[in-house]
Amino acid sequence: MDFWTLTNAVASGLLIGLVYGLSALGLSVIFGVIRIVNFAHGEIMVMGMFFALVMFRWLGMDPLLSVPLAAGLMFVFGYVLQRVVVSRVSHLPEHMQFLLLAALAIMIVSALLLIFGPDAQGVEVDYAWESFAFGELIIDYPKMFAAIAAVIVASLLLAFFKYTTTGKAIRACADNRMGAQVVGLNVDRLYALTFGIGAACLGAAGAIILLLFEVHPYLAPGYTLLAFVIVIIGGLGSLFGALVGGILIGVSEAIAAILFQPSMKTAFSFGLLILVLLLRPQGLLGKAAR
Amino acid sequence: MSDKMKDMKTSSASRRTVLVGAGAGAVAAAVPLRRGLAASRIKVGILLPRSGPQAQTGIDCQRGADIAPDVLRAMGYPELEYMLGDTETKVDIARAQAEKLIDAGAHVIVGAFDSGQTMAAAQVCEQRNIPLVVNIAAVPKLTELGYKWVFRSFPTGPMIVGDAFRNQKKLFGMNGATPKSVALLHVNDTFGTSLAGALFALTPKFKMPYKIVEKISYDPYGRDFSAEVRKVKAAKPEALWAVSRLNDAIAITKELVRQRVDLMGILSTGPGWYEDAYLKATGKYGNDVINLAPWIDFKKEMARKMRDAFRNKFPGRNMNTNHGYTFDAMLIVADAFKRAGSTRNTDLQTALQTTNITNNTTIGEGIKFNKKGQVPHVPCAAVQNRDGKPLVVLPEYAAVAKPTWPMRPWTKR
Repeated sequence: MDFWTLTNAVASGLLIGLVYGLSALGLSVIFGVIRIVNFAHGEIMVMGMFFALVMFRWLGMDPLLSVPLAAGLMFVFGYVLQRVVVSRVSHLPEHMQFLLLAALAIMIVSALLLIFGPDAQGVEVDYAWESFAFGELIIDYPKMFAAIAAVIVASLLLAFFKYTTTGKAIRACADNRMGAQVVGLNVDRLYALTFGIGAACLGAAGAIILLLFEVHPYLAPGYTLLAFVIVIIGGLGSLFGALVGGILIGVSEAIAAILFQPSMKTAFSFGLLILVLLLRPQGLLGKAAR
Repeated sequence: MSDKMKDMKTSSASRRTVLVGAGAGAVAAAVPLRRGLAASRIKVGILLPRSGPQAQTGIDCQRGADIAPDVLRAMGYPELEYMLGDTETKVDIARAQAEKLIDAGAHVIVGAFDSGQTMAAAQVCEQRNIPLVVNIAAVPKLTELGYKWVFRSFPTGPMIVGDAFRNQKKLFGMNGATPKSVALLHVNDTFGTSLAGALFALTPKFKMPYKIVEKISYDPYGRDFSAEVRKVKAAKPEALWAVSRLNDAIAITKELVRQRVDLMGILSTGPGWYEDAYLKATGKYGNDVINLAPWIDFKKEMARKMRDAFRNKFPGRNMNTNHGYTFDAMLIVADAFKRAGSTRNTDLQTALQTTNITNNTTIGEGIKFNKKGQVPHVPCAAVQNRDGKPLVVLPEYAAVAKPTWPMRPWTKR
């Protein structure tokens, strides 16, 4: 395999990996703080994709411009979901929480099917078919813009958790719920905010991904599984780890496809997952359980 | 006598009738008359992927079934009563749904678009002695395993590949442009693997003018197809031969354009590249693709009737293989039921074995099954996407346009 083929594959894997990483951030945020595994992860992201699709169809709005709107809408959805539904089952055994979110996932898919039908639908932005070249390296515009948007959203999220009072309060809840309550933090509100932020991440990721792929209601389970793989590789609860995991998956899948067969891509990701679980169960950037 | 008393008397007098009726009902319940009585309508269990990754194509097939009852009734065929089953694009669900349809009283099963899912349904039908009329499924072993209840008018993989080779040679000869190297990109499901296998097995026999320089298998339900196309580009083929599904065909086309992979032509065998959703999603970039596939022959009377009904019911949609072969499956069932005069399974089986339909909708002489339940020769067409419409360009007797070959470069569209 020649140098440029491999370089192109790595570049493409890096760009797509950043977008995958952003989508996995939503899962990591919610699990890291609330300790609930969001089985409706992919479905919420697909809702974001459909929202961006509607904005494109109705207003001609580029999906990248829909990112803040999709994030805002999904924030409200996530906030209300946590307040009204998820908070009421948080004391129940984990399998019941899983079932609740799996049921929610099925309901979302059914609703999307009713509204949008089963057909794959996409947006035709001006640059959808465009690419640019540096010598033999060819980068397509949608992938590059999507990766830039993903980096911006992820940076804003990391900055929020690092520099804002609310972000620090949420991290305090994640570190020690009881301690947070003792010092007077409104944990229920912070949990709802966290779920909202996680969902907002997914909304943003959905709008961005619509630039790259067509959307249909059955897309979701694949993304849920992918996010799990990324988050476990990067480290459960580690935000930066989710980004690193996304890049690793994107690049390793691209290289595997070139060196072996494209049909081996998924097997390669799962191979990586097994390797990480065996050698570093807490994930590459996760903290070891004490 | 008061009205109430009269009612009671009437009620009392009819009690005997009720008892007799109940007795008859009990006997009827004990005997499987469901499959034995002469009936005015036949229950057809239509098994298709209506959800999951193949949902779009499954629902597209259903459109062919939806227009069949009215067209067939107008031509003197009996009533068809549909029962719908969803395979969810999964082999195990296909098996369970076939069982469910039969338990619910289906006299015949039609389906199931995908080879793997159809194989699962065939095993159930074989165990339960219920005819399976295949609409679309190309895997050869479906009619090679000695099944007695499976009937297929759709071509097998080797038939599709054989005609694909023949049509390619004609296409290259007509236009004087012959590729010397081809990359084969195929899905890794039952259909894709069996077709790619047939292609490799038959290449030497047909003495094709090109060499297959790269064989790339991929997961049709993947997300990003840039690596697949990059691998094609690295092989530097003059033409691409794709065996795809729908969404992957759209994604592959986008990647071919973005990665600036200009080719003499794209040859496709299988679904995806001619479907409406593909043509809409790819616009001008979807044009010029040559689909080497079984197709509708609009020069046949039945096909024209089907097209008229389709245009009324689904205005703005193009017709394709999904509609033609699903319609033909309904025609086969209606014809067998008409001749059998009963819904008894063995009567239907016998009638299906003696099917001889010449006025069907798809290309070829008609539908006549051999002892294996297979129509022995089903010719395929070369169908080119032109201005968002799939048009038959070969064979000549069914052609409605002349082929454009080589295809136009991406930048000159």
